[in-house]
Amino acid sequence: MARALIEALNLRIHYGGIEAVKGISFAVEEGEMVCLIGANGAGKTSTLKALARMIPAQGEIHYGAERIDTLPAHDLIRKGLALVPEGRGIFARLTVAENLAMGAYHRDDKAGIASDLERIHGLLPRLKERAAQVAGTLSGGEQQMLAIGRALMGRPRLLLLDEPSMGLAPLMVEKVFEVIRAVAAAGMTVLLVEQNARLALELCSRGYVMESGTITLADNSAALLADPRVRTAYLGE
Amino acid sequence: MDILLQQIINGLTTGSVYAVVALGYTMVYGVIQLINFAHGEVVMIGAMVAFSVIASLAGSTLPPLAIVLAGVLAAIPACMAIGYSLERVAYRPLRHAPRLAPLITAIGMSIILQHLALLIWGRNPLAFPQIIDNPSFAIGGAAISGVQIAIILLSMVMMAGLSWFVYRTRFGIAIRATAENVHVAALMGINANRVIAATFVIGAGLGAVAGVMFGTYYGIAHYTMGFTLGLKAFSAAVLGGIGNLPGAMVGGLLLGLVEALGTGYIGEMTDLCRWPGAGSGTGWMGERCADGEHFVLFGSNYQDVFAFLMLILVLVFRPSGLLGERVSERA
Repeated sequence: MARALIEALNLRIHYGGIEAVKGISFAVEEGEMVCLIGANGAGKTSTLKALARMIPAQGEIHYGAERIDTLPAHDLIRKGLALVPEGRGIFARLTVAENLAMGAYHRDDKAGIASDLERIHGLLPRLKERAAQVAGTLSGGEQQMLAIGRALMGRPRLLLLDEPSMGLAPLMVEKVFEVIRAVAAAGMTVLLVEQNARLALELCSRGYVMESGTITLADNSAALLADPRVRTAYLGE
Repeated sequence: MDILLQQIINGLTTGSVYAVVALGYTMVYGVIQLINFAHGEVVMIGAMVAFSVIASLAGSTLPPLAIVLAGVLAAIPACMAIGYSLERVAYRPLRHAPRLAPLITAIGMSIILQHLALLIWGRNPLAFPQIIDNPSFAIGGAAISGVQIAIILLSMVMMAGLSWFVYRTRFGIAIRATAENVHVAALMGINANRVIAATFVIGAGLGAVAGVMFGTYYGIAHYTMGFTLGLKAFSAAVLGGIGNLPGAMVGGLLLGLVEALGTGYIGEMTDLCRWPGAGSGTGWMGERCADGEHFVLFGSNYQDVFAFLMLILVLVFRPSGLLGERVSERA
């Protein structure tokens, strides 16, 4: 078995006295596309935030051969770990072009940045049309595209996606997931957190099911889609 | 003499200084929502350092402009070092404390810096050595001095330079990104500590030049000069919309103009002898006003009132400032 690109061991997250994530362990291997599904408040977003070092957590986080659970958040993108945060987190007062430039803030290879920008403009043509527009004036779907494009500008090895479908119309969700599929098809390792379990499982090869801060199920997507517990709790059947 | 034009020239001069100082307040506020009340003292120290250097070189054979330049070039790094130290020593440890704590600390740092200046330079004002002639040019019935021209031009250059830096360079965009969302900025690899320290250092460097300009304009520098100047610049930043760079520039210039025009006309406007009825009657007022006498309620010594009057009006009627965004936007 290949070494996991990212692995969490006994991850615990507290908010005040409340334990939101209760010692979970999981791993994503290079090139894999894995999802973390579960209900609102199960601890999915907290888990992703902990991986990106945005919030403190106990336990170990391994990234390749390195432990990253003591690093500051701003060191992670240099190592290739990018998070598209919940609610998109675009810089609303900056232009679309400036947002994308910030995605490549840590890079110095001008030629590489330019070619990546071209590639992302090809993948997300709306961002090119609206390059000079202030990002806060984009539609929700366009903002999500911008958030993904901005993360890709960092040329990450691992892309963490937090609820990319949140607040979007079904047609837009479809488009966003198409983009994610294209990104994954190009070989990107993806860990996707999603409330829309069916969409997530159809897209990913494996999934973890989270419930009240613990992982209750872990299997390949086909098995989870067929699992009666998943079907009743998350697929609305 | 054309009072209106003259006061506009004077107002643009002091307003330029207010604007440059206000940028220091507003940049720091934009990134960490802290009013750095010690900023006025940093400006004062800039003036004191420059005046000391200029005074010590005044007897030398160097050309006068080179001496002034040496003073400014000494003040800038000194103020930058103080700005950096303030952030590092006083504010960073309180980054996650309740907001009142860094605010009180800022006032404390202001008092400490003021008294350090008192210890170093004493309680007497430092006079600007008369090493350069200050030619005066007549325009349309008013006069503009070489120092005024220099202050206005230099301020414009600094404001343009800062705008270029903040809106056109990668690090400048990172400053704006951090101001908007420090957590997401970290995901981009932006080190918030570095950005915050940079805003203090840049603001202090601008403040150093502003201090020298202000001191040169009035011919003296004094350890208490930072207090009122700082408060006025802060008012200018609030007037323009705190956290907003163009707002600080507009607010500073506007405040300078209001102050100068107010000072220029307040005597005339509150001269009871010029009020209809009052000065021409037969009562004691009439006698008092006979023979072209004046009975002025408020004179130009009320100069400092205008800035704070404007601050109060802005806070009451438009708390977000002229160019500020809705206050509720930041949760």
